[in-house]
Amino acid sequence: MTASETILSVKDLRVRFQTLDGTVEAVKGINIKVNAGETVAVVGESGSGKSQTMMAAMSLLSSNGEATGQVDYRGQNLLTMTKGELNKVRGRKISMIFQEPMTSLDPLYTIGNQLMEPIRRHRGLSGAAAREEALKLLKLVHIPDPERRMKSYPHEMSGGQRQRVMIAMALANDPDILIADEPTTALDVTIQAQILMLLAELQRKLGMAIVFITHDLGIVRRFADRVYVMRQGEVVEEGAAEALFVNPQHAYTKMLLAAEPTGSKAAPPANAPVLLEGRNVEVVFKIGGGFLGGEPLMLRAVDKISVRLKRNQTIGIVGESGSGKSTLGRALLRLLPSDGVIRFGDRDISEADRQAMRPLRRELQLVFQDPFGSLSPRMTVGQVITEGLLVHEPSLTGKQRDQRAVEALREVGLDPNARNRYPHEFSGGQRQRIAIARAMILKPKVVVLDEPTSALDRSVQKQIVELLRKLQADHELSYLFISHDLAVVRAMADYIIVMKQGKIVEEGPTQEIFDNPREAYTQTLMNAAIDSTRFRVSA
Amino acid sequence: MLRYVFRRLLTAIPTLFVIVTVAFFLIRVAPGGPFNQERGLSPEIRANLEAQFGLNDPLWLQYVHYLGNLLRGSFGPSYNLPDFTVTELFAKGLPISVQLGTSALVLALVVGSILGTIAALNQNKIADYSVIALATAGSTIPTFVIAPVIQLVFGLSWKLLPIGGWGDGALINKVGPVLTLALPQIAIVARLMRGSMIESLRSHHIRTARALGLSDWSVVVKHALRGAVLPIVSFTGPAAAALLTGSIIVETIFSIPGVGRYFVDAALNRDYTLVMGTVVVIALFTIVFNLIVDLLYAVVDPRVRYD
Repeated sequence: MTASETILSVKDLRVRFQTLDGTVEAVKGINIKVNAGETVAVVGESGSGKSQTMMAAMSLLSSNGEATGQVDYRGQNLLTMTKGELNKVRGRKISMIFQEPMTSLDPLYTIGNQLMEPIRRHRGLSGAAAREEALKLLKLVHIPDPERRMKSYPHEMSGGQRQRVMIAMALANDPDILIADEPTTALDVTIQAQILMLLAELQRKLGMAIVFITHDLGIVRRFADRVYVMRQGEVVEEGAAEALFVNPQHAYTKMLLAAEPTGSKAAPPANAPVLLEGRNVEVVFKIGGGFLGGEPLMLRAVDKISVRLKRNQTIGIVGESGSGKSTLGRALLRLLPSDGVIRFGDRDISEADRQAMRPLRRELQLVFQDPFGSLSPRMTVGQVITEGLLVHEPSLTGKQRDQRAVEALREVGLDPNARNRYPHEFSGGQRQRIAIARAMILKPKVVVLDEPTSALDRSVQKQIVELLRKLQADHELSYLFISHDLAVVRAMADYIIVMKQGKIVEEGPTQEIFDNPREAYTQTLMNAAIDSTRFRVSA
Repeated sequence: MLRYVFRRLLTAIPTLFVIVTVAFFLIRVAPGGPFNQERGLSPEIRANLEAQFGLNDPLWLQYVHYLGNLLRGSFGPSYNLPDFTVTELFAKGLPISVQLGTSALVLALVVGSILGTIAALNQNKIADYSVIALATAGSTIPTFVIAPVIQLVFGLSWKLLPIGGWGDGALINKVGPVLTLALPQIAIVARLMRGSMIESLRSHHIRTARALGLSDWSVVVKHALRGAVLPIVSFTGPAAAALLTGSIIVETIFSIPGVGRYFVDAALNRDYTLVMGTVVVIALFTIVFNLIVDLLYAVVDPRVRYD
């Protein structure tokens, strides 16, 4: 890309929010510029202010937010424009797509109706002409059967397709700049890759500049020309993408780059005992039916799957949303009714009821994805993590329980004083540590980890991965590691099961699956996982 | 869609049956009967009356008779207004109550929605606080206070409205009762609308619409408002059933010959047939309006489809 004129320049932008706790400064005087036709990435972890910067530029801040400074688009300051002037730029010269493809379209109007709206508004085309344009756009973003899709409602489309429609709307008026705010974060890996490819293709065709707001360094490495690294509302480093990856200057950038999960896990010895085993496990959900409701729909979420988890082993279960991986994890812990045989140690627990399972629960623990929803907000951390002891070791005195809580918190790397505080006082990573402490305090043998790192920033993710590794080494734990994130699974698991639509597509030792995937689906999944060790695709 | 309507109407039959049965036996549990009020009827006359209306039969037989009559479309005679059948009473009074109720409902929906929208668009500003204050007043001041105040101000002092009476349905006679009926409903609708509109304005697709540079009119009316009316649609079902079947307070204070007063009068007088009549009418209204509302909901929200 040849050096060309600067079309967007952000100068000394500050964004403040009035909250109940006083004024919060989310963006602290940053400078960013975007040249015509180039791809700029704004990288940072949650809370870095990267999204709010662009929201401020588009005047989309929530009502308690206020922006000062300058955002010049071709010499005009967007921040001082009247609404009328601004609406001639938004959606026409600068457009934006968002992180939430599921909710970013109006659920009450057809795709066609929503696509035609910006076309009619900005280009003043008649209904028929706008319809033609809308159809062209749907073809441009490779929506199959565009004629029919014009009449579809958003809820009738998948997340990937909705994001394509969003892109079509954003490109409807041939903008100079497309701002993409984490456009693929909410999508499955294979869909992520498709959307990114589509954006690269459209940029080649249409020549607009793209501003990527992302936490994903893989995307940055593959697509960006220049990068701004943001942290706590400030730009800490900027420069050409290649230079930044080869030779990062700021300590924070170095830390981000080093935060990619690394390492691998050795398989347990061949004679290690099998702790948890499922044979032909099957989970069927009944949907609908009932009084005058007709035949219910049967959904086979887990379809005859067999798993053998040995002591000190980590089995990674990967698959896209809806593949049944979480359901399998819950079924193996007997938290869901299932068919087939499940054995724990030398006991058959397939038919065990709640009562019979209770004493086994301490040895079979579960850690959830959402560190915000899975801790009771009205209990202190100490109460949260010792609750299981009340059931499983009722003979302990209060003092002994407290001692165990101190040990458990130390073990997960938290200050023991945390036990007198409430979950909302902790960050996402700390909460996940608390959730892990809650499982570890019972000294379990098997822990099912259901996307334990997916809601966390990369740098925090790495710490949690390290913690889980250390705990495994110290206590010979067996993990069932459920994740859609192949980079993390690769670092954690010694054996991998790839699931799709309730069935096992492929399984085998981690190294083999990554080096030599046999099934086409596994290959797609591997290729799709944007691996930042691979080099950028040239535009 | 038609199949869905048919299915809903089919399920209404057992619902109605249960309501009729429970109501029939409940009113009989209440002590006393239609003819032992303090009217000084001689025992012979009372016995004759009771024999004529079949009140001496065993209860189950009376129940079977009542169900039989109901199936033939007859609610039976009123015990306390002996010149009329229950059907005749409703034929006279129901149109009046329905007229007043419908007017009040439409007024409440229109005014309440507008007020709620204005409040939401000016959240935490003067306009918003004014609407909240109005809504609080509207839902806390009882109708038996509002009605006399309207009579006093508009009827007695300013002589703009008649103080009461139906006046054979003259428009001027309806203003007072409709206003009284509508005010609390306006308050409820305004509150509901404000809340759902604020939520709607915060949603992601509104952000999309703004990012596309759409006009304020399109953002607010086309995208935000349509989503925000859904709770109002749900509210309309039960509200319509309640408003259209009359209000004893409003009808008594304004001397309107509607059916609202039958609820209480009939129950106090143990006018069994009239009580049952009102129960059936209210149940029918509730069932039908809820069905209409569910169908309307599907029209507004494409995610809800019945097939």
